[in-house]
Amino acid sequence: MTFQPESSRLPIEVRTEALESILIERNLVDPKVMDTYIKMYEQDVGPLNGAKVVAKAWVDPEYKARLLEDGTGSIAEMGFKGPQGEHIVVKENSADVHNVIVCTLCSCYPWPVLGLPPTWYKDPAYRSRMVREPRSLLSEMGLDLPDDVEIRVWDSSSEVRYLVLPERPAGTENMSEEQLAGLVTRDAMVGVAKVNVPETV
Amino acid sequence: MTAGTLAAVLDVDGPAAPPRSNGELVFSAPWESRAFGLALALNAGGKLEWEDFRQQLIQTISEWEREHGPDEEWSYYRCWLVALERVLDQKGLVPSEAVIERTVEFVARPEGHDHRHDDHGHHHHHGHSHDHDHGHSC
Repeated sequence: MTFQPESSRLPIEVRTEALESILIERNLVDPKVMDTYIKMYEQDVGPLNGAKVVAKAWVDPEYKARLLEDGTGSIAEMGFKGPQGEHIVVKENSADVHNVIVCTLCSCYPWPVLGLPPTWYKDPAYRSRMVREPRSLLSEMGLDLPDDVEIRVWDSSSEVRYLVLPERPAGTENMSEEQLAGLVTRDAMVGVAKVNVPETV
Repeated sequence: MTAGTLAAVLDVDGPAAPPRSNGELVFSAPWESRAFGLALALNAGGKLEWEDFRQQLIQTISEWEREHGPDEEWSYYRCWLVALERVLDQKGLVPSEAVIERTVEFVARPEGHDHRHDDHGHHHHHGHSHDHDHGHSC
């Protein structure tokens, strides 16, 4: 099986369809449940969840303290939970420390707050290089960090999923929590970018 | 968790509508979303331990990386599907041969085959093209 000729020659989309038909036939998969999950991750669960968590942490110091202490519980408070969110640990960026997340073995990712991982996160190059040479990889991805900033790379394990709490950008003192959430990007919560303020603000 | 409660807390269409995937499609082809949904539904129905699947996924990915050069086309969801097939085979839920057999049967469908009339008791509403122009009806 696997990558050997016999099955790998068969078109992957037909192979998927064949597996689906067998699983449904054998009552191992409920097609309604399957469609619900697909729709949910295609349309509903995405980085906005994480952005709301980050914005709340920026405006509410008590929430932030709880978030850093108990990521899973504080995120669940906001209604975000589900598969791959059982043990979320939040790592806070500062002027001296920059955190970035990776999964070297596969593509573990905090689904409830970030949705499904982007293609580059699953790429073998990202997975290996972020551990070996984070500074140059981050630079290639458009994030140049000063030499005196310590980079901490968090490798997701079977239990823990990480989320980066980016620094709140200067000049956002008068923004509401909702406006702040609009600034936070997925890339910033993975740790491959910083949160920027649009010039019009 | 249910989809309903999760979706309910999100402003799907409001001013704070989700950036969803920051301009990037979550799935690059319909079959990827089907492969994804199968694993989730198996887990939700208590048929598949996520950790069993994950370990198989790790192994499948590392195998691919050993056997393929960095310039070869990488497909995460291909590894995902292979890992799913393997773990289902190992758990005795679906033998690999059955998947291959069914795939061969599907490949042989005539062009214009209508999924909705099939007799496997399921309904496709995801579009994907077929360019098979030979063989028998199923």
